[in-house]
Amino acid sequence: MILRADGLRKLYGEFCALDGVSLTVGPGEFVSIIGPNGAGKSTLINILTGVTRPSAGSVRFKDREVAGIGPVRLARLGMARSFQLVQIFPDLTVLETLQAAVVSRLGRGLRLFTSLARDREVQAGALEVAELFGLAERRHLPARHLPQGDKKLLDVASAFALRPEIILLDEPTSGVSTADKTAIMETLVAASKRIGLRAIIQVEHDMDIVFAYSDRIIALHQGKVLADAAPAAILSDQRVIDTVIGRRAVRG
Amino acid sequence: MRRGLALAAATAAVAAAPLVGGTYHVLLMLPFMAYAVVLLGLNLLFGYTGLVSFGHALFIGIGAYTGAFITSRTTIRSLEVILVSAAVLGALAAVPVAALCVRYVKIYFGMLTLAFGMVFYTFVLKFYRLTGGDEGTPFLRPSLLGLGLDAMPKIDYLTGPYYYYSMAVLGLATLVMWRIVRSPFGLCLKTIRDNPAKAETLGIGVARYRFVAFVISAVYAAVGGALLGPPIGNVDPTLAYWTHSGNLVFMTLLGGFASFFGPVVGAFVFIYLQNWVMSVVPYWRLVFGAILALIVIFAPEGLMGLVTRRRPAPAARA
Repeated sequence: MILRADGLRKLYGEFCALDGVSLTVGPGEFVSIIGPNGAGKSTLINILTGVTRPSAGSVRFKDREVAGIGPVRLARLGMARSFQLVQIFPDLTVLETLQAAVVSRLGRGLRLFTSLARDREVQAGALEVAELFGLAERRHLPARHLPQGDKKLLDVASAFALRPEIILLDEPTSGVSTADKTAIMETLVAASKRIGLRAIIQVEHDMDIVFAYSDRIIALHQGKVLADAAPAAILSDQRVIDTVIGRRAVRG
Repeated sequence: MRRGLALAAATAAVAAAPLVGGTYHVLLMLPFMAYAVVLLGLNLLFGYTGLVSFGHALFIGIGAYTGAFITSRTTIRSLEVILVSAAVLGALAAVPVAALCVRYVKIYFGMLTLAFGMVFYTFVLKFYRLTGGDEGTPFLRPSLLGLGLDAMPKIDYLTGPYYYYSMAVLGLATLVMWRIVRSPFGLCLKTIRDNPAKAETLGIGVARYRFVAFVISAVYAAVGGALLGPPIGNVDPTLAYWTHSGNLVFMTLLGGFASFFGPVVGAFVFIYLQNWVMSVVPYWRLVFGAILALIVIFAPEGLMGLVTRRRPAPAARA
């Protein structure tokens, strides 16, 4: 088991955003978290990635308690994430962005007087990820000049450049045209095999994407786990269809 | 390539200045070079890390008072000893200040640095026995590389050996900073400037990097502050006053914080422009205030931004 959450609760005053959520993610799994707005998906992701401390419950990553330890330490332990609203470094080029991730992974960030340009391991590592994500052609372009789909890819690519064991993707295809969505997912899955990623968790609204790529789906509703099963089983679960997926989507 | 040529030409011009320039203008080069050192450090914080300090006169004060203290209270005159002591004391003073300030960003960071600057200013003003209060402390002529040059007339000393010594210090400070901004550390600072939340998810501990950048900038300010002393010959609390910190920010904006050499250009233009405006009208601050407003509105990337005008962005879907 790579990631295990037990009895997560999160209260915001009177409001209970998460009410006893437990989940596990094992090696080789691609797990999708779905649910209507307000189901607690963002809260769950923020707790799993160490940003928010849960009111109760525990998160164990590789048998270590990681609840609330913060993104920096989690990244070093081997958990990476991308954001729903794309997060880039506007003035850094594609390559610089990826180099920063490689520098961080190799623990070389406090090297003050060595030349970044002559650090072959960092240069090669960044270029490799750029190629993996089809960003090599635009590697010298500042991130702010990238088209939206590439910004999204760069955000994910920089997380991959950390060579994490597990990655949490918060709506990896949101804000991207339907045509680009599949391309992004294909790139992502191919890249995860190349770097030896052990598991992927994603929050996603697009049901086509969810059912096409997931090994397992966790449906949240009102802060609780409504269902946790393989895609086929989810499709035959009437409660999930009624509250989360919607009838039309299934028929269509 | 163009930058290399410009740099070579500028270096040659600075080196030739004492041979061809009038004494008065050559003397103005001394504070320019001292401020250039200060601003190279300040811009690591400002341009590369995205933190604007309104308190770096504190570290200039520490450097300058270190030199004054050593030369007037001990028998040591060596400028090397003074510069190293200034750097060490600057770093030591920066540790607690930085540890507190880097927890805050934007206006809170600026205000906190301002507050520490005011505390230090009041300290040097009020502790008369130690600092000489508002009269200051004399900064006696330092020896250079073991050469006592006391017999030399003051002007010859300043426009000769001291001039080239300052130039060498500036050159060294430039080389070191050039390496720092091109190191893995420099890249991490830029990620923090652009998007600290994203930097954290990449495992870059924002507070630690800001802390190190702050301490380096303080060391540069202290070394530059020590270089300011000998031409004045006396160190007083105005060096540590907050308007002095404000001037540093002004110089940086004037030259352009987005460019490595921008702040150096800013220091040069500031010094000569101030000198010229003061000779024409008594209200130089009025003129400078107007200039600052014009820069912020029409040339936010400063003079270097005007010179090196960025090429238009390549089409996104090229």
